[in-house]
Amino acid sequence: MLKEKGGLSYNTKMEIETMDIKSEFAERISEISGANLFKCYQCGKCSAGCPMAESMDILPNQIVRLAQLGQWDEIQNSNTPWICAACLACSVRCPRGIQIAEAIEAVRQICLRNRNSERRLGLSDEQIKELPPIAIISAYRKIAE
Amino acid sequence: MKGSPIKKIGVLICHCGKNIAGTLDIPELIRGAAALPDVAFAGDYKYMCSQPGQELLKEKIKEFGLNSVVVAACTPNLHEPTFRKAAAEAGLNPYCVEMANIREQCAWVHQNNGHSATEKALQIIAMMVKKVAQNSPLFEASIPIVKRALIIGGGIAGMQAALDIADAGYEAILVEREPSIGGHMAQLSETFPTLDCAQCILTPKMVSIGSHPRIRLLAYSEVRGLEGYVGNFKVKIERKSSGVDWDKCTGCGICMEKCPTKVPGEFDRGLGKRKAIYTPFPQAVPNKPVIDKANCLYYKKGVCRICEKNCEARAINFQQEPQIIEEDVGAIVVATGYDLYSTENLGEYGAGEIPDVIDSLAFERLLSASGPTSGEVRRPSDGKIPKSVVFIHCAGSRDPEKHKPYCSRICCMYSTKQALLYKHAVHGGQPYLFYIDIRSGGKNYEEFVERAQSEGVIYTRGKVGRVYQEGDKVIVQGVDTLLGKPMKIEADMVVLAMAMQPQLTTPELRRILKITTDIHGFWTEAHPKMNPLGTTTRGIYLAGCGQAPRDIPDTVSQASGAAGKVIGLFSQNELPLDPMTVYVEEDLCAGCGLCVAACSYEARSLDPQKRIVLVNAALCQGCGACMIACPNGATIHKNFSRKQILNMVDVLT
Amino acid sequence: MTKLLYYPGCTLKADAQHFEESAMCALKELGFELQELERWNCCGTVFSLATDNTMFHLAPLRNLLRTREEGGDKLFTLCSMCYNTLKRANKLFNEDPEKNDKVRKAMYEEAIAYDGKTQTLHLLSLLRDEVGFDTLKNKIGKGLNGIKLAPYYGCMLLRPDGLGVDNMEHPRVFEDLIRAMGAEAADFPFRAECCGSYQTAQQPEIVAERTRLIIGSARKCGADAVAVSCPLCAFNLDQRQAIAARLHSDFELMPVLYITECLCLALGIEFKEPWKAFHYAPVDAVIRKMEKKA
Ligand SMILES: Cc1cc2nc3c(=O)[nH]c(=O)nc-3n(C[C@H](O)[C@H](O)[C@H](O)COP(=O)(O)OP(=O)(O)OC[C@H]3O[C@@H](n4cnc5c(N)ncnc54)[C@H](O)[C@@H]3O)c2cc1C
Ligand code: SF4
Ligand code: SF4
Repeated sequence: MLKEKGGLSYNTKMEIETMDIKSEFAERISEISGANLFKCYQCGKCSAGCPMAESMDILPNQIVRLAQLGQWDEIQNSNTPWICAACLACSVRCPRGIQIAEAIEAVRQICLRNRNSERRLGLSDEQIKELPPIAIISAYRKIAE
Repeated sequence: MKGSPIKKIGVLICHCGKNIAGTLDIPELIRGAAALPDVAFAGDYKYMCSQPGQELLKEKIKEFGLNSVVVAACTPNLHEPTFRKAAAEAGLNPYCVEMANIREQCAWVHQNNGHSATEKALQIIAMMVKKVAQNSPLFEASIPIVKRALIIGGGIAGMQAALDIADAGYEAILVEREPSIGGHMAQLSETFPTLDCAQCILTPKMVSIGSHPRIRLLAYSEVRGLEGYVGNFKVKIERKSSGVDWDKCTGCGICMEKCPTKVPGEFDRGLGKRKAIYTPFPQAVPNKPVIDKANCLYYKKGVCRICEKNCEARAINFQQEPQIIEEDVGAIVVATGYDLYSTENLGEYGAGEIPDVIDSLAFERLLSASGPTSGEVRRPSDGKIPKSVVFIHCAGSRDPEKHKPYCSRICCMYSTKQALLYKHAVHGGQPYLFYIDIRSGGKNYEEFVERAQSEGVIYTRGKVGRVYQEGDKVIVQGVDTLLGKPMKIEADMVVLAMAMQPQLTTPELRRILKITTDIHGFWTEAHPKMNPLGTTTRGIYLAGCGQAPRDIPDTVSQASGAAGKVIGLFSQNELPLDPMTVYVEEDLCAGCGLCVAACSYEARSLDPQKRIVLVNAALCQGCGACMIACPNGATIHKNFSRKQILNMVDVLT
Repeated sequence: MTKLLYYPGCTLKADAQHFEESAMCALKELGFELQELERWNCCGTVFSLATDNTMFHLAPLRNLLRTREEGGDKLFTLCSMCYNTLKRANKLFNEDPEKNDKVRKAMYEEAIAYDGKTQTLHLLSLLRDEVGFDTLKNKIGKGLNGIKLAPYYGCMLLRPDGLGVDNMEHPRVFEDLIRAMGAEAADFPFRAECCGSYQTAQQPEIVAERTRLIIGSARKCGADAVAVSCPLCAFNLDQRQAIAARLHSDFELMPVLYITECLCLALGIEFKEPWKAFHYAPVDAVIRKMEKKA
């Protein structure tokens, strides 16, 4: 939440408090993805090799950290899961064997299944004509309801 | 070996503070124990291992004339020697004392179930009472000790151990596989945290090894066989053929000067050249060359012989054969050191194929005043001075998924050192370090890291994802996890702090020495805490990075520790033997020899005349494997006979 | 002629017809006839990464079952994404008893039960393991001598570890094939960097940035063209050059060819005129150069 005071805007919620730490989210993600996020030691190798990292607002390793601490809102509002291209560069290089791409798929799935955010591809006729079937089908499978 | 006819057994039950008494019903145990056959006394005490506890034991032995004792307490690993010693002081044969483990095997694991736990404890006590009833008094024999030590590996660990042992007045044989001693330390530039030059502190020690009256240095040699046991080992050593008669060689070096064949040198990690006849480095000890047969023109094509023509001492001997020598030694120190995990294993960092991506030891050579570039940092591809160098920590370490799960322990420190030395060497050069955690837990280490940071080495917390060549730059694609930003550095050069691993030849030596290694191939210590210098074989000790990654101060301390163990051993004139071994009932032995194969300690042999099996009491460790192998029940463990074991089982049925 | 049961996948019948045709021409020359699976369906294009989306695995598994129905035990693919999805689904079927049970139950109406025995075979593996690069080289001779191709693996031919056609971080097969065709393989650092994949539908600009990077890297290593084996990679690396060029005035177009088109040229097979129309970045010049060599 952004507030304004004396010409300075500041965030009202900067601190993580005990009651905010809800590790069930990490467990939920583990259930769907099979990835144990608690193994993460935050080396960042996933983000370092991620081809889409530049366009993400939160890096993959930060998603893992947020999930460990149960910061679901932040994850849910992030563009990261919807920018991820599921190229698996993170999963195959993680020193701790965490399947990050799978975990991010789980985040997408939770969002899509909650239907709390409308995710439609909304492709125009022109786009449908331009795109090959392989692009349309995979996009539907990954990032749309 | 029959026990004395009238048994008077004493049972002493320890509370171990609350450890045992908190769970088990002690009065109930005393009542139960007192009712067991042959038990003449049952009592308890708060801490049996304490001085008053031991006094109580002695008192009761005398008071009741006990001829066997069971102490119901903790594991025999901990206090069996304590109680056996106390009993001996009261005049009882120590081997008539047994422990019933009612702590680890009962109280601790059944904390929430006191009632059944008490029942179980009573059974454990009853079993030991049954057993001790048939224990015989045993007497220790002793064997003489050969007061000469063998040290395998001539790195700083092996050198230190050899010097300490020799300075204490004993002979030491130092076997080094390479043409010179010195190990990896000889390759280093300057050493953290003090930045003293490695050569300057190492070479004086190398020289004292070479000239010590009690050290026999066998360089370019390897251990090929080992027999015997503590105090009395027989070792076979191969002196490899060097093509040079070292007795004649004066070390003048003319051969190396004249040899026409140049190949990349191992000592300089392939960055510099050496000749086909060479010493690894100018300060080598012994300062005698060897011929590299894979590259020498004469060995390859039968032509050249230039070295031979130029050698005034007539020391070149192309026909020289390897030589096997045998030595008797009483103790062994294994100091085989480490190797770096190969950069080829890291595909994402170029798989060793990008010329300006090198491992950390190669960079030491570039920093070293005696290195291929005389201490000027020049990159391998084009000899340019790199204006930016990226150091990547944990390259292959801390990666249980693909590489080594362990922390290599020293790379944080040496990368810091290398970054700092590079900055000192190249004016305006910028070092970048990518780390996950900085491990600087040594004396003055954190202060050293602080120094590097304040001098402008840029530390980035994050692991590098990928390294690739683009034009004449090496691109490092990383991340700053503190800022949450991807990071791309266009570097001139990259140094990989590769994981440390044991020498790849360790398995072969393991087979010869019959000591164990862990899954990574590091030598296993007898106990990680209580006996970190020993191995599972008495008389064989460990020092240096072959056991686990460590820096020079720790290596030297450990080596002196291992030497201390050897000196302690040699300070005795005879070695008492544990009498808890097996013997063969000659009438029952059919001479089938099954037990000979079953014994892991080579303690058994078949007497061809009598066709029975003999046991070497000095080698027998009392493990009992032979007893299981013997189909006739001819092998009997002293104080662990079949009858005793079955009696114990009977208690439970 | 060796017959290969062949799974085209959706895009080879649409935007990548020239991939299919060129493959057929080249493979015929090498003694293989592609026999299209009679009743194939879409493989789903992407392997579902969620453990509880079992039904998504039915589509690829059905194709593997059809292969068995037609008496085959190998299914040949050209498209990397099909290859990946089919192969992973089969591994899951064979190695995860719980999933196996679920999908079996879901396929109860099928004529026969699937036994997990269909192997998915990709073009690159076929050329390496069954034809052999030495044989190919002998057949081709000088071939594309003087041409430098940047081999683009993308993701799905290599990852996850152990499922790909070659070592994941340090693959060689594409390079070896290019060399067998007489051409030079560029040492191309972006060969396994993702093109942005399905994001092309919603985030064409981001994909165009990827394209710019990848094509830029190929240009820096002096490649004449980029060679691909996936229709989605091809679309992104080729068609998305349009956006890259619009956003960056200094962006230069680079031809993107299917590996099979290159193979045709190396084998001296004519590059069919209609194939050209499928390409965005002009291919005429590089084809002329390649034809002259072969
Ligand atoms: C890049 C780098 C920089 C470093 N910088 C520092 C520093 O600044 N400060 C510091 O304190 N530490 C530093 N170290 C650590 C230091 O190198 C080690 O702590 C030390 O060299 C360990 O000595 P060692 O004798 O155990 O092993 P090694 O030096 O490996 O010696 C082992 C010896 O045994 C021989 N050998 C092996 N197998 C056999 C066999 N079967 N038979 C006979 N001989 C055998 C080998 O040839 C070798 O000579 C650095 C390490 C690296 C990799
Ligand atoms: S690579 Fe693995 S361990 Fe490292 S930050 Fe990413 S998820 Fe965590
Ligand atoms: S010492 Fe530092 S660099 Fe080396 S493995 Fe451990 S944490 Fe990584």
